[in-house]
Amino acid sequence: MSFGNASLCDEVDKKLIVVLRDGKKFIGVMRTFDQFANIILQDTIERIYVGDKYSDKHLGVFFIRGDTVVILGEIDPDKEVKEKKLTKVSWEEINLAQQAEREKLQQMEQTKRRIMTESGLTIDSILNLDDF
Amino acid sequence: MLFYSFYKTLVGKEITVELKNDLSITGLLQSVDQFLNIKLKDVRVEEEDKYPYMLSVKNCFIRGSVVRYVHLPASEVDVETLQDHSRLEAREQKKAQQQ
Repeated sequence: MSFGNASLCDEVDKKLIVVLRDGKKFIGVMRTFDQFANIILQDTIERIYVGDKYSDKHLGVFFIRGDTVVILGEIDPDKEVKEKKLTKVSWEEINLAQQAEREKLQQMEQTKRRIMTESGLTIDSILNLDDF
Repeated sequence: MLFYSFYKTLVGKEITVELKNDLSITGLLQSVDQFLNIKLKDVRVEEEDKYPYMLSVKNCFIRGSVVRYVHLPASEVDVETLQDHSRLEAREQKKAQQQ
């Protein structure tokens, strides 16, 4: 097994925020990793952000498959203070807010698509440039 | 391995990485590996309001497979050496095929 210089050795036992391809964010202590960036998180919480609100949910131990990982961010205690300007709300509230935001986005997307189709553009193939 | 070696010459320089989810992260290149996974130091993000989870992050690891572009500092890239190396690699590949 050959590790490059960018191995995750330094991040072991540190508190990380993991951003997944579907946009979910998990925060936990990384205990194990391998060359595919498969990782095991301990004391994991899922955190949802909507606008300037956020909420956490405790989940426990997580194995995260490497191919779904986008970023592993080391949480810096000094910078964490900046996050204090966000307000913590209940899990139910954040779920409602997230759903509202999703619907708004969907509506915007539909309007965009309608306008483009009306002007004779079908850009589906352009919109889906990245298979992400 | 050409681009791996190339990235290694850029360690310590400031680069901007644009991901496939449209997030662009600027930071000092700390290290890189053979999958072109990138580690950045002292990161900052263009639209911080849109990506609040990046507020508390200082150093991060980016998986190579989610990178769309890397914006390089033009002054740090030695295009001629890069061309020479790619010619060299092409020649070696040709040689290997003939054998």
